[in-house]
Amino acid sequence: MSKLVAGAALGPEQFRVRRADLIRYAAASGDFNPIHWSDRVARAAGLPGVIAHGMYTMALAARAVTTWSGDPTSIQDFAVRFTKPVVVPDDDDGALVEVLGLVKDADEDGRTRIDLTVTCDGQRVLGMAGATLVTADA
Amino acid sequence: MSLDPGLVGRVSPPTPLVAVSRAQIAAFADAIGASDRVHHDAEIARSAGHADVVAPTTFPIVVAFAALEAFLADPEVGIELRNVVHAGQRFAATRPVTAGDVVSAVLRVESLRTIAGTDIIGTCTDITTAQGEHICTASATVAHRTPEPGT
Repeated sequence: MSKLVAGAALGPEQFRVRRADLIRYAAASGDFNPIHWSDRVARAAGLPGVIAHGMYTMALAARAVTTWSGDPTSIQDFAVRFTKPVVVPDDDDGALVEVLGLVKDADEDGRTRIDLTVTCDGQRVLGMAGATLVTADA
Repeated sequence: MSLDPGLVGRVSPPTPLVAVSRAQIAAFADAIGASDRVHHDAEIARSAGHADVVAPTTFPIVVAFAALEAFLADPEVGIELRNVVHAGQRFAATRPVTAGDVVSAVLRVESLRTIAGTDIIGTCTDITTAQGEHICTASATVAHRTPEPGT
């Protein structure tokens, strides 16, 4: 946890998102909303095409945070807004999600607040994204 | 058509108790690429101080989503999932979900406003064990767009 000091810049962590990942996430999460697997339904809903589950992008952002903390169970509070959809084309490259972190403060109780910048194609896909970590060894 | 403002404060009945399995946690971890062994191996999880394999941070959405889906599908609410976009999400955890937990979710409607024909619904879902232990509060904001006639 030593690198999680106030002001520290973290990442980038990059995640490749392909259609197959969305199918797998749908099955694991139980969210079978067709906008995440059918271009036809996604377009009828006014979207450019199939988009990633917001919760999938949020899960990737959490992975970035726990990579930095070194403890997969360290996040106590985690909040995001879904500001732009991650459009996932039906090809081998898919979409690339990038996560940057900035440590806001780390207090003596072992609580660390990290603000996140999560982008795809240079556009912010999550807004007001932040995690509060609690570490046992602090 | 806008939603009934009277929905605010409404509390949904608890979802049926479900036992969270190791396989379910492993499948979710695999789906998001979380390869840490505490999600997959009970011995390693125990040696890290957990009762069994522990779920990734956003796993409680699986339980919360069931509550949200039931709420949207309620005839008094009548929203089709395909017309809903997830606008925001928060998890405030007391502890991670652990394999063997028997859990249920209770959703309540916190807020409702309409902006340019889009209903913005704020919900808050408490996930507790059968013994009443709080695991996590999952707050979801969803935007409901009424489809154009004929689509």
